[in-house]
Amino acid sequence: MEPFNTHTGLVAPLDRVNVDTDQMVPKQFLKALTREGFGRILFYDWRYLPGEMPNPEFVLNYPRYKGASVLLARANFGCGSSREHAPWGVKDYGFRVIIAPSYADIFYNNCFKNGILPATLSEEQVEELFQRTEKEEGYSLSVDLPSQTISDEHGLRYKFEIVPSRKEVLLKGLDDIGTSLQHAAAIDAYEKAHAATATMYDPVDVKYYSNGR
Amino acid sequence: MTPKTLYEKIWDSHVVHEEPGKPALIYIDRHLIHEGTSPQAFAGLKAEGRKVRRPDLTFAVMDHSVPTTDRTLPIIDNDAKLQFDALEKNCRESGVRLFDMHSRHQGIVHIIGPELGITQPGQTLVCGDSHTSTHGAFGTLAFGIGTSEVEHVLATQCMVQSRSKTLHILVHGKRPKGVTAKDIILAIIGKIGIGGGNGHVAEYGGEAIRSLSMDGRMTVCNMSIEGGARAGMVAPDDTTFAYLEGRPFVPRGKAFQEAVARWKQLRTDDGAQFDMTVELQAEKIAPQVTWGTNPGMVTSVTARVPDPHDFKDLNDQKATESALKYMDLKPGTPIVDIPVDRVFIGSCTNSRLDDLRAAAHLVAGKHVAKNIKQALIVPGSRGIKSQAEKEGLDKIFTAAGFEWRDAGCSMCIGMNADVLPPHERSASTSNRNFEGRQGKDSRTHLVSPVMAAAAAIAGHFVDVRSLDVSSVE
Repeated sequence: MEPFNTHTGLVAPLDRVNVDTDQMVPKQFLKALTREGFGRILFYDWRYLPGEMPNPEFVLNYPRYKGASVLLARANFGCGSSREHAPWGVKDYGFRVIIAPSYADIFYNNCFKNGILPATLSEEQVEELFQRTEKEEGYSLSVDLPSQTISDEHGLRYKFEIVPSRKEVLLKGLDDIGTSLQHAAAIDAYEKAHAATATMYDPVDVKYYSNGR
Repeated sequence: MTPKTLYEKIWDSHVVHEEPGKPALIYIDRHLIHEGTSPQAFAGLKAEGRKVRRPDLTFAVMDHSVPTTDRTLPIIDNDAKLQFDALEKNCRESGVRLFDMHSRHQGIVHIIGPELGITQPGQTLVCGDSHTSTHGAFGTLAFGIGTSEVEHVLATQCMVQSRSKTLHILVHGKRPKGVTAKDIILAIIGKIGIGGGNGHVAEYGGEAIRSLSMDGRMTVCNMSIEGGARAGMVAPDDTTFAYLEGRPFVPRGKAFQEAVARWKQLRTDDGAQFDMTVELQAEKIAPQVTWGTNPGMVTSVTARVPDPHDFKDLNDQKATESALKYMDLKPGTPIVDIPVDRVFIGSCTNSRLDDLRAAAHLVAGKHVAKNIKQALIVPGSRGIKSQAEKEGLDKIFTAAGFEWRDAGCSMCIGMNADVLPPHERSASTSNRNFEGRQGKDSRTHLVSPVMAAAAAIAGHFVDVRSLDVSSVE
């Protein structure tokens, strides 16, 4: 995974609470076999009119937010479905950072698997950033993960909280599976110790589980 | 010894490795997969040259995109077909059991887990689907995961996780007739909000929860995620053990008795502390109907569509305004005056036998209203379908003008052909009323199965308490 250290970029504001992952990647795009190409369809139903014409009323289609890489959002961002297609879309669109007052658990977790930093600020701080973004065309923010700060060119400087282990995952671009497999011996030991109660009862009547018409 | 919650007991018994200041490695007893969120996980595994560690603890099923019509016909949706083929190939290569769309055990992943007894108390269970919380009804720690985590579990049979906070949801008293498990959970979400349970694992208790059947408890736990809680649980009791006994993957004979003895320990100790507690009175809960674009935008059937100015918070006002615009509803409209175009009884929330029996009882001898364009009954599994047919429920439904379909996720998510057309309004027993969820520009009202059945007959929402609801479990 691509490590995350610092990032500076144009901010795009998505002024809606409870943005769910169905909006980020609608169901018709869940039939893919790969993780690629979800940027084009991110926020599909909001972003496009019939015939995939860009909807001029949707904020990401405003010319001033073209090329944005910091997504400013409201509370409970990423609620609903566990689909990782949502963060794949966010990343592929070009966002490296999301800033919001809170996130839904599964989406938040999925961001870390994809090198996206979901930074959490207070409602008031987020509101201030919305106002600054609205006011100043080309408003951009610098995000520094090592020092856990978000700052702009006018002296604004916010500190954000992040669990140290999550921070490390992003900074080093760690592969979770590789790390976990270092504990293979502990997994073996756990399985051995619990074998008696973990027996899988394999029933005779579903032995031919597949095509068992 | 410090008193522990049910969640803490299951957590503690599954820690494989733990270091201070870091998330723990916890063991996963059962891993369920489906065609929608697994292909990239298998591809990732293959790219790294890794293998499925415990194919024997992994179960696959086709559910999200399967047709609910004749399955002997070719699959015309090519993208769906490619996913089915990929799942079949991945399962064959790795030795994972697959209930494909022709298996007599096929059904929605969260329906067949419990139905086949794959889901058992005290286990950890994960699936790449947010409604995995359903399995918590058995006193199982079950939660939805992303595809990268699916890959992680395939490779290691473990998850990297931090301890969650705990949320106790107590529903006291007795449910009035006509008020179902669905109404209870919608009322809970209405109270705590859709992000209210974020960061928490919920445990449900109180008389109104204890008196629910397993089908009802699954409905409640299913929608935990709609209140933000990644997992929701009910401590197992005699209702749980009676449900499990004799199911295919459940231990039998002496082994079953030993398992029950273990399962009986799975309860929150007296004096154990929760991080947050929410209490409701069942007597005060009326049948619920959602009016907006998330499950927290819900009210009683006797109420009216709210006005954005009813809300204090500016963000809530904006959200309500935008939801009413999307739903094409005017503030102040009585809920019972909202007409319905289509009715969907199905999904991992409400497609079990209790649901179908109660709905069938209500429509028996009646017919769907003229303005209803389609009324679908989609059993959660082929097992449920076959039992319902034995009981003659299919005949009751079809005589009343409903379509009787094959098992799958169907119109809850609209990944197959069962899509709610633009601007049409559904009474749906599913779990999400997000914009476009059932179909682009479609309008979803979440209700219980009896409320959906009653709306089909009347053509608009009605308070089922005024009807014969003696069949409600």
